[in-house]
Amino acid sequence: MRRAPKRLPDSDAAMATLILAVDPHGLGGAILSGMPGLVRDRWLDNFRALLPAETPWRKIPVNVGEDRLLGGLDFAATLASGKPVFATGLLEVSDGGIVLMSMAERASPAVAAMIGGVLERGELRIERDGVARTAGSRFGMIAFDESLEDEAGVADGLAERLALRLRLVGVDLGELSLAGWRASDVAKARERLDSIGVADGVVERLCQTAALFGIASARGELFALRAARAVAALLGLAKVGDDEAAIGARLVLPHRATRLPPDDADNDESSQPPPQDSNESDGRRENKDIPDDVLVDAVRAALPEGLLALLQRDGGRRRVSAGGRAGPRAVSRRRGRPVGVRQAETLAGTRLNVLATLKAAIPWQPLRGRSIDSGDVALRIRKEDLRVTRFEDSVETTTVFVVDASGSQAARRLAEVKGAVELLLNDCYVRRDQVALVAFRGADAEVLLSPTRALARAKRSLAALPGGGGTPLASGLDAARELAESIAHHGRVPAIVLMTDGRANIARDGKADIGRAEDDALTAARELYCEGFRSLLVDTARHPKPRARALADAMGAHYVPLPQADAATISATVQAHAA
Amino acid sequence: MFPFSAIVGQQDMKQALLIAAVDPTVGGVLLFGDRGTGKSTTVRALASLLPKMRAVVGCPYTCPPDSDDCDAAHCGVPRNNGKRKHKLFPVPVVDLPLGVTEDRVVGALDIEKALVHGEKSFEPGLLARANRGFLYIDEVNLLEDHIVDLLLDVAASGENLVEREGLSVRHPARFVLVGSGNPEEGELRPQLLDRFGLAVEVTTPTDVRERVEVIKRRDVYESDAVAFRKKWSRKDGTLRRKIVNARDALPDIEVPDEMLGKAAEICIALATDGSRGELTLIRAARATAALRGDDTLTPGHLEQVAHLALGHRLRRNPLDESSAGARVERALESVMGD
Repeated sequence: MRRAPKRLPDSDAAMATLILAVDPHGLGGAILSGMPGLVRDRWLDNFRALLPAETPWRKIPVNVGEDRLLGGLDFAATLASGKPVFATGLLEVSDGGIVLMSMAERASPAVAAMIGGVLERGELRIERDGVARTAGSRFGMIAFDESLEDEAGVADGLAERLALRLRLVGVDLGELSLAGWRASDVAKARERLDSIGVADGVVERLCQTAALFGIASARGELFALRAARAVAALLGLAKVGDDEAAIGARLVLPHRATRLPPDDADNDESSQPPPQDSNESDGRRENKDIPDDVLVDAVRAALPEGLLALLQRDGGRRRVSAGGRAGPRAVSRRRGRPVGVRQAETLAGTRLNVLATLKAAIPWQPLRGRSIDSGDVALRIRKEDLRVTRFEDSVETTTVFVVDASGSQAARRLAEVKGAVELLLNDCYVRRDQVALVAFRGADAEVLLSPTRALARAKRSLAALPGGGGTPLASGLDAARELAESIAHHGRVPAIVLMTDGRANIARDGKADIGRAEDDALTAARELYCEGFRSLLVDTARHPKPRARALADAMGAHYVPLPQADAATISATVQAHAA
Repeated sequence: MFPFSAIVGQQDMKQALLIAAVDPTVGGVLLFGDRGTGKSTTVRALASLLPKMRAVVGCPYTCPPDSDDCDAAHCGVPRNNGKRKHKLFPVPVVDLPLGVTEDRVVGALDIEKALVHGEKSFEPGLLARANRGFLYIDEVNLLEDHIVDLLLDVAASGENLVEREGLSVRHPARFVLVGSGNPEEGELRPQLLDRFGLAVEVTTPTDVRERVEVIKRRDVYESDAVAFRKKWSRKDGTLRRKIVNARDALPDIEVPDEMLGKAAEICIALATDGSRGELTLIRAARATAALRGDDTLTPGHLEQVAHLALGHRLRRNPLDESSAGARVERALESVMGD
């Protein structure tokens, strides 16, 4: 009999293939980021070759309707048989198999949450269109994340339940090699999986590691432990030890990290991260005995570079982007709100409401000559029975705040501007608008917050905004325009609120040159005007000057001087403008 | 189902659910916070924790045998010598799946009967099934607004009125609405917040030992759920008796006028609107007293539940960064201090 290889594959990408094949449902699945291509195809081929031949393998389109995903009434069959026929949904037929979703970052939060919920429970519960049923639905999911650097990645509700995340950019085909591991080895590992124990101290060390990296959800440790079990199963071990746990931690924890652990070199008590230390001396002692930090080092080594930089820069206060996944959620949960059913003149461009249509047709059946007794079961539907769902298409506004945080704003002035923005944020919250925040100072502008509805997060990033430095007004306007374009691209209406005194001293190219800086700013403002976004310029100067008004005119913005503006005025103006 | 008593830490969340189990009139419970903190696990664990209830056999609304509910709802269960057959049923903890359609929530014309037999009959929905129990909405912030509104209305009135497709049905739907969600995914509409009686801000345990215990228990549970449940069944049993005793004791808990005054002062100090907060505070404190086996309401009971009953009713003040919990704490200090 063939013996399993002793050596595990070297690369994380290949390691992930193996353990996901061993325990697809237990691990939930993986997010594969990067564009479609040879590497991705090879990874998938390798993965599929490791699974039992009969494993279901289903692609789910990202724009899948709820009825296809969960199941719903089959209109054609219902008509043909004369009684309700239920069509099984994609998640149910994927039981025991793998589902794949391309461009998963574009899935609506509702679809993402539904899939996430089913993954969590291993069971599908349907209460739709007169049908109530429960079905087993245990699958593993491969979500392809094709978002660009700054775009939002896979929705949190789903991402949270997928243990692994791989970035297949810059990966060499050779790194995907499975080092001789085959489907038969995976099959044996699956049999062993349930009987594998955990060596003393492993769970403790995993939890400490997760805590050090600021991972809130217990799923971090649970998935790391599961991944470690799969490794132990492959190797034929009876227990998960530190080596296996290190692999599990490396594959599962890095992309969940929200901060870096304190440096080991000065591992004194004062440098411990405060949230982990209860004041009891016990808690401290425990933190101090992190044994030689095998797991911590494993996770640290696997942190993607970009993430590392972000964590170092803002100490993880913001949600951070990892492997192409932007932290703050930018996908809106824009849904038409069904407000009723109406008779349809035409079906083009509408959504047929099967249930309502059938109900409309039922009373007329005897009159239309249908008789069940004579075996005539087909329902007679006429054009006048057709019903479509009426949606109230509420267009959501995303307000982009563009804040001048440069030295030209005196410190106290900046505080006032922050206060005004906070009041506005509060107002947006009540209106259920999304908000985004762009700040410019020094040499460049920065998107501090991608569109979100989370007020707390907006307030945090605003509070943390430092002031001082040059005034790159043109860059600020450019950043606002790009953000507004991307918002419009997602089907929402952007509204720009620019808070500035209109002064500029840094040109578009980052050089200090007042003349060019002001020209560039006017050019940028006109470019904004061309896009036709609704905008409002709040003049933050103590004594409003014509400069800011000229800028407002160039960008087609409504002009409000701050001294006269209280939050209510600004809010009313924004609203009037956005309407 | 993970046993309720095996859930590590999360005292506020457990306390809020136990209060609702003892006195369903506190209104719903909202659990908001980090992912992976066991919100869903805890709510679902209620199903096997709660003491069984007596209900009419075959009644779609699980009406109590000693009431007129069955007659009022025309459930169609016949009487035998003036009595209906009854037995003990588990308390329903109905999970509202995402993607649910309105007809399944409120109930609708039974389409199969209508199509095949030409009969007009009512197919009860999830509101019927949740009667006398709990209705749980995970990701409440992702549910369609109109369904959330509908649920809150029914939860408040205790009755489901169906007027559609030529049907006219009215049946009891008294349940505790439990919603959970993660604010990072979108905050709840402010007007919804204060319609929940109690709200819990659920956070990740900061003590590593607690986290370790969470993972270890979960791991044991996943490897052998049956043995795990058996191991914890005694603790669940103890807790269950506590709930039963508390329910019995509840009507006799003495609420001194002085405590009513304190509750009012706390609400004034926090500038919460309306009397709902005050009422919930008293009820929650009373249920807490009952659970602890005390017979008189004391300031301690009020202090224990004030943040659950009032934290979500505070007006947002964008210039006051302090958390709702801290503001409640301050109000308690100023009121109880004198």
